[in-house]
Amino acid sequence: MELSEILSTALEALMLNKMRTALATLGIVIGIGAVIALVSLGQSSQMAVQSQIQSLGSNLLTVMPGAQSSGAVRGASGGGTSLTLDDAKAIMTSPQVTTVANVSPELSRRAQVVAGGNNTNTQILGSTAAYADVRKITVASGRFIAQQDVDSMGKVAVLGPQVVSDLFGDGANPIGQSVRINGMSFRIIGVTASKGGSGFMNQDDIIFVPLTTAQKLLFGVDYLGSISIAAKSEQVMSQARDEVGYFLLARHKLSNPMQADFTIMSQEDMLGAASQITGTFTMLLSGIAMISLLVGGIGIMNIMLVTVIERTREVGLRKSLGARKKDIVTQFLAEAIILTVVGGVLGMILGIMLSYVVSILMSLPFTLSLTSVLLAIGVSGGIGIIFGLYPAQKAAKLSPIEALRFE
Amino acid sequence: MIKVDNISKIYSNDSVETIALSNISFGIEKGEFVAIMGPSGSGKSTLMHILGALDTPTSGTYILDGKEVGKLSDDELAVIRNKKIGFVFQAYNLLPRTTALKNVMLPMMYAGMPREKRVNRAIELLEMVGLGNRINHTSNQLSGGQQQRVAIARSLAMNPAIILADEPTGNLATVQGEEIIAIFQELSDRGHTVVVITHEPPIAEHARRIIYLRDGEIVEDSTNHKHRRVKRGDE
Ligand SMILES: Nc1ncnc2c1ncn2[C@@H]1O[C@H](COP(=O)(O)OP(=O)(O)O)[C@@H](O)[C@H]1O
Ligand SMILES: [Mg+2]
Repeated sequence: MELSEILSTALEALMLNKMRTALATLGIVIGIGAVIALVSLGQSSQMAVQSQIQSLGSNLLTVMPGAQSSGAVRGASGGGTSLTLDDAKAIMTSPQVTTVANVSPELSRRAQVVAGGNNTNTQILGSTAAYADVRKITVASGRFIAQQDVDSMGKVAVLGPQVVSDLFGDGANPIGQSVRINGMSFRIIGVTASKGGSGFMNQDDIIFVPLTTAQKLLFGVDYLGSISIAAKSEQVMSQARDEVGYFLLARHKLSNPMQADFTIMSQEDMLGAASQITGTFTMLLSGIAMISLLVGGIGIMNIMLVTVIERTREVGLRKSLGARKKDIVTQFLAEAIILTVVGGVLGMILGIMLSYVVSILMSLPFTLSLTSVLLAIGVSGGIGIIFGLYPAQKAAKLSPIEALRFE
Repeated sequence: MIKVDNISKIYSNDSVETIALSNISFGIEKGEFVAIMGPSGSGKSTLMHILGALDTPTSGTYILDGKEVGKLSDDELAVIRNKKIGFVFQAYNLLPRTTALKNVMLPMMYAGMPREKRVNRAIELLEMVGLGNRINHTSNQLSGGQQQRVAIARSLAMNPAIILADEPTGNLATVQGEEIIAIFQELSDRGHTVVVITHEPPIAEHARRIIYLRDGEIVEDSTNHKHRRVKRGDE
């Protein structure tokens, strides 16, 4: 038979049972759509986190209070009290530490902020002027926290662009106005340039205040949340890490590195820890995707098997009229391929649209994984073809009469 | 042309054995018009399916045009079913939800006939069985008698040398039945071999030979001297 003949026969057979065709296609669409959307969501968030950490700069070291335990998780909680402003000053000024370019002591908490009628919950970061240099922050308008603000415990604030739009509306210039943090009034002196990021890594959803103000006036503590250190270059990173580590051990009168009451992490360590977390997340999503694929596959299988009696009889009839085994197999294969291709294309469109919408809603980068697309199409298509061919294979073993009488 | 030798067919389902045919032997010459009669359950359909190369006997040999059917390959059998034999099933067996035209075109499609020729021939055949105004009705939109006539048109599609019809007039009014029998008679006159299963003695009267079956055995095989001839359009 010619190709056009094969296709039209297959299409006619598919139209004969529209419900079966629709449900099988739906199974394929759901399987493929879910896999593409979920895997892409996982990868997007992974990429987002990685690019955030990478944007920190490759010469950045972060000292956190608390002992080294499993990766960043413990340190990141910032619960320890072992680091002080004096530690930070000493690292900067000590002649023993030669590879450090700048030191930024930091204390960060979340707090409720109010301006005018609006309020939001955001991250309050107490810092010194060094923060802008170490973390590569630029100011879009006004100025950043200066040394004199820290010295005078000034009630001034620099807002991230997200906070500006949350409190004052998009594009507003809040400089000179005031904002209340934990009930205390702060004068806005600057707005930082957008650094991007999203969700729990949004670097624009932040308010900077002088470190001393944060410690004494806002949160009533005298320790630091962390110390960010810029090494002189990427090449001296490990040397800088060692210098700072031994220097702090000595300052804290600890003889054994195992007893360290702080943790030093490089960007690479954080990437590792973060990708462990986001990797687990991606695995979880992939797991759900696999289940969707399986459910879709079982759906396809079921619908193919439910009609096996009618299809077997159809095979018997066609054979009794002179169809060769080859004609039958070709027809059923063509049917399965049409189903798979139509379902596959629809599923891909659905999956891509879903990933796109989700990436916009969660302001994540939009990614597509070719592997997941191929895997999904392979699995659904394979199931579609195997179970599509099943009645043909089954009927091929029977005489036309046995197939016609099949039940 | 057709020669069966010691054919038996035994169905065995879950320990129950049904002997549908036991040790049947006979021959049919080219151009013969044979009627097969017998009570319900006597094995007529079973025998017809074997003659149509649609089913295999449990034992015995079937020789068609000098070739032993049991030894033919799948593809050779397909060609026989397609070109040599036109089969009218007792249950019509039309493709469901498919138009009369497409049903009649099916054997021609498997023969690789060009589409245009197929359509023309299918229309011609449907007109011949009186369904010229029903070509685009689907099987479920046709009455039993109409479906039966579509099945007859389909069996004639490839102008087969042998026509096997299992109670082809069972659902037709007498007039329509006579029409169909006249078509078979005409084909037989032109050298086609026609075998018809029927319950109705008047129909059997048209055949030159009648084979009686009972309990899977031939009880009588007689030449019908007083066979009646009808011309198409008579009565
Ligand atoms: N697939 C089958 N399985 C078991 N028994 C069958 C089957 N087909 C037919 N039979 C039995 O074989 C016998 C002959 O059937 P059949 O050839 O259809 O009779 P007829 O056409 O003369 O009415 C019957 O007793 C019937 O029950
Ligand atoms: Mg019967």
